[in-house]
Amino acid sequence: MKLRYFAWVRERIGHAEENIDIPDHVTDVAQLIAWLSSRDEGYASAFAEPDVIRAAIDQEHVDHATPIGDAAEVAFFPPMTGG
Amino acid sequence: MSKIVSEIRVQAEPFDIDSEIESLTSDRSDVGAVVAFTGLCRNEGGRLSALELEHYPGMAEDEIRRIAADAAERWPLTGLTVIHRHGRLEPGAQIVLVLAASAHREAAFNAASFLMDFLKTRAPFWKKEHLADGTSGDWVAAADHDDTAAKRW
Repeated sequence: MKLRYFAWVRERIGHAEENIDIPDHVTDVAQLIAWLSSRDEGYASAFAEPDVIRAAIDQEHVDHATPIGDAAEVAFFPPMTGG
Repeated sequence: MSKIVSEIRVQAEPFDIDSEIESLTSDRSDVGAVVAFTGLCRNEGGRLSALELEHYPGMAEDEIRRIAADAAERWPLTGLTVIHRHGRLEPGAQIVLVLAASAHREAAFNAASFLMDFLKTRAPFWKKEHLADGTSGDWVAAADHDDTAAKRW
């Protein structure tokens, strides 16, 4: 699965995207955040306040309870500040 | 819903407001109102030298398209234009253009305001500050009042 990170989430993790095999027990967005947080300090720092993190599956906004299913791309980013 | 002219772009280059308005109004006589909103980069009282606009390519365009389609469902519009810039933008530079065209002004004003409120809270763009002393500043925090503004629709 392709994971993409933006803004300070990207900076704290240290890269903009990666392809990762997700373990079978990780089935929704919240679980994916928890699993990534356990990988190293960068992820832990990026996801230190999981409630703040926004997620998109295949380039559409989703909430943290959304199943990952057979998503091709999951993205994590801070609240948006465009406009 | 009658077919409306819709132009959605995410680009590094500046935009020409007059020519964008022209493309919503030329060769037609049913447009009575065009509301134009331009967002510009501020220097925040001299504190900033630039803003760096990061975006999620692909999703940014798709999300703006979804917001525009929602606006077109809510108001009788003849045309919509949204152009959002990315990259390093200095104080005074254009950031975003929203045009809403309709037969009457109320729909155009409301649609432009709606589009801006949802661009701020749902379009995947992030601003990083570059400070006047040459150092890199923080990422701009999302404003609660932007969420409040989006909830009124």
